[in-house]
Amino acid sequence: MGQKLLMKGNEVIAEAAIRAGCRHYFGYPITPQTELMHYMAKKMPTIGGVFMQAESEVAAINMVYGAASTGKRVMTSSSSPGISLKQEGISYIAGAQLPAVIVNIMRGGPGLGGIQPSQSDYFQATKGGGHGDYHMVVLAPASVQELYDLTVEAFNISDRYRIMTMILGDGVLGQMMEVVEFRDDENIESFDKPWAANGHDNKREHNMITSIHLDPAVLEQWNIGFQEKYNLIRQKEQRYELYNCEDAEIILVAYGSVARICKGVINQAAEKGIKLGLIRPITLFPFPTNAFEEVLDIPKAFLTVEMSSGQMLEDVKLTIEGRKPVYFTGRMGGMIPTVNDIMTKVNEIREKHS
Amino acid sequence: MAIVFEPPKALCDVPMHYCPGCTHGISHRLIAEAIDELEIEGKTIGISPVGCAYNNYLYFNCDMIQAAHGRAPAVATGVKRSLPESIVFSYQGDGDLAAIGTAEIVHAATRGENITVIFINNTIYGMTSGQMAPTTLVGQVTTTTPYGRDAKYSGYPVRISEMLATLEGPAYIERVSLHDIKNIKKAKAAVKKAFKVQMAGKGFSLIEILSTCPTNWGLNPVEALKRIEKEMIPHYPLGVFVGADLEV
Repeated sequence: MGQKLLMKGNEVIAEAAIRAGCRHYFGYPITPQTELMHYMAKKMPTIGGVFMQAESEVAAINMVYGAASTGKRVMTSSSSPGISLKQEGISYIAGAQLPAVIVNIMRGGPGLGGIQPSQSDYFQATKGGGHGDYHMVVLAPASVQELYDLTVEAFNISDRYRIMTMILGDGVLGQMMEVVEFRDDENIESFDKPWAANGHDNKREHNMITSIHLDPAVLEQWNIGFQEKYNLIRQKEQRYELYNCEDAEIILVAYGSVARICKGVINQAAEKGIKLGLIRPITLFPFPTNAFEEVLDIPKAFLTVEMSSGQMLEDVKLTIEGRKPVYFTGRMGGMIPTVNDIMTKVNEIREKHS
Repeated sequence: MAIVFEPPKALCDVPMHYCPGCTHGISHRLIAEAIDELEIEGKTIGISPVGCAYNNYLYFNCDMIQAAHGRAPAVATGVKRSLPESIVFSYQGDGDLAAIGTAEIVHAATRGENITVIFINNTIYGMTSGQMAPTTLVGQVTTTTPYGRDAKYSGYPVRISEMLATLEGPAYIERVSLHDIKNIKKAKAAVKKAFKVQMAGKGFSLIEILSTCPTNWGLNPVEALKRIEKEMIPHYPLGVFVGADLEV
């Protein structure tokens, strides 16, 4: 048993990163994730770590690029408009195959949008917000405990595959307080990084970190290598939770804080004798296709619920490939779907398939 | 047979891609000689820019990192803060440093980031075929100022060294030129001093090197060197802007 504390989501991410061995954090203020950087600012100097407030998100992500190039565990965090600014650096980090952890506590957009919670950066996170054929691993926690567990795991995954990992949360998760257990025996893995640019000490050839290959045949080979890595990750790293799917009439699909609301819907419906289930993707990239194959024959239909116009919906449809009807309901702009919103849609679907 | 002259060890034995008459090769050599003389190759990490020098990570024998356009000072910051004992330099042109990377260089300088910046000022974008740079002189013809730079329309050339010298962070800033042997020797001394400033932990150092671009200037190499003296130095005076009395 580890230490149990009541803590705010944003602070838990910071503490988890530190416990996972991250000693370098570069950030720029933006609501609703500032508590994360405040925590880092306070804690890092006391443990010999580096906290730096950069002049912009662009500079922060490039500081991450530099620190990651030396092989150190490094993190930056931001919220939607700030993550857009980081996309240049994200693409370079993908091209140079650097391990790094990026936190996006999403708020409503587009543009400056608002500061209320949203899930409208799903496309940007999972399909590549920057240029080029790349992916990063995207983890979607749904509780403060999971913010802790998945942040630790994000560093392991990043180092294992030389890839960026994004913690994709939303304003609800970042701001909420829950009990979190800091596990003393957490599995913090360490990895050799012979590729790092950390000074060759006249003992090896010089290392070069780069994303430029002007010969298209060479660049294609690099891209083929990236795709092989992404496919390996698709095979090995899918994570998801199945909830009450065994005899569900309709299976809801939701991640993050929306999944919690969906569980409320499922429990309330059960009291009325309506059987609903939930697939909760924990990895958004790789998308947990295995979860759908596992339960595909059970329900009459799937219902995707998001705080967006229906972005994950596309991955759900691509996975189901027309084998079952797929419906959607969601709210946008920082509005959170209520149990009633979702139940209304459930009733509509039940009527259609009765 | 006695060897009387050798390439610096800190340069790799590979062909460089620069145009004939371009002074990038000289700048590279000066940096490499300084690294050799200070015996710091094993702990030096260089940051390559976007621009003609984009792949100089292939040329320097120390560990190298290729950065996004203008972001080298931020990347260098990440490296130096991760490995405080390392020696970190960025190599950036005037488009990279003085246009798209203005924020990064100003803030690295004002933080007094303990890094060395080699700033190549040739008043033009070389790699993308001769467009106006922030440093392009008034009246200078480029592919995007085909009638000459009109200050009323495109503004005035930026003096980076003077601008950064107004900050409290920098420890050493000097502008040098490569237009003749005497000045190349001065440039060498400045580059070496900049590394020594960093080794002594004194803080941010920047050497602005007035350089040629014969290809995009439409001049032969000799005429190009003369242009530095006749046209550039009057606008970009040589000298130490910060740290003249600094002993290292």
